[in-house]
Amino acid sequence: MSTTTVTPEPPHVLAVDDSIVDRAVISRLLRSSKYRVTTVDSGKRALEVLSLDGDNVHMIITDYCMPEMSGYELLKRVKESTELREIPVVLMSSENSPPRIRRCLEEGAEEFLIKPVRASDLSRLCSRLITTLR
Amino acid sequence: MSAANQLAALIANMFATGLLDDQFQQLQMLQDPSAPNFVSEVVTLFCHDGERIIGELAKLLDKPTVDFDRVDAFVHQLKGSSASVGALKVKNTCIQFREFCQQKSKDGCLKTLETVRINFYELRGKFQTMLQLERQVNGFPPNN
Repeated sequence: MSTTTVTPEPPHVLAVDDSIVDRAVISRLLRSSKYRVTTVDSGKRALEVLSLDGDNVHMIITDYCMPEMSGYELLKRVKESTELREIPVVLMSSENSPPRIRRCLEEGAEEFLIKPVRASDLSRLCSRLITTLR
Repeated sequence: MSAANQLAALIANMFATGLLDDQFQQLQMLQDPSAPNFVSEVVTLFCHDGERIIGELAKLLDKPTVDFDRVDAFVHQLKGSSASVGALKVKNTCIQFREFCQQKSKDGCLKTLETVRINFYELRGKFQTMLQLERQVNGFPPNN
């Protein structure tokens, strides 16, 4: 019987943003930090992905301002779900609004990043989450 | 002047004249052999998306009764994508634009739309030259 070395798979991040430009940037940022990334353009699609593949999603990073379902609403839906609530959720926004940030953190957001997000923001975040992501 | 030198001079000029800010450098740093076309892809997406948004803004402001919330939503989108690519001048014009939306000033919005259009097309022109020069640097003939 041969033994195979299993290379641990990099963590899988679900990135949610209605902006096509921002999706390109966030996915490159995450991939350059060696994460696997799936991008979607809405909260609704994020929930679809999570219902099919939630076990395989290790972190959600979402824009706050999105039409139809905001990042805050997505956060609430994730945290209200028994299956999904353990997945860390990070919010991103171009607006630096302390009440907004507080509300998200109170609702269980892991972190709130101000856009444009930088590689240093992500590496700081990911090293904190490293135990959750393994 | 070689294409590489022209490219460096163009980019330096874009920084010096306030068209770009250091977010663009962040994007350049994310480009590497595993993602060799990252900057040109993002720039191209920005140019298409910006054009789309400006078109929508023109339509909305052409109506007899202007829906300022919808106008603001589109300006917010353009502001966001400008910030993400480091398009400083366009971003700052969007900030002014949002103030006119808050004030529900059709006149202010129309004037600022014109400024956004000018600034956006100025940037787009330079981005197009940048992408052309990059192609030449990478050994492709210039597009005609």
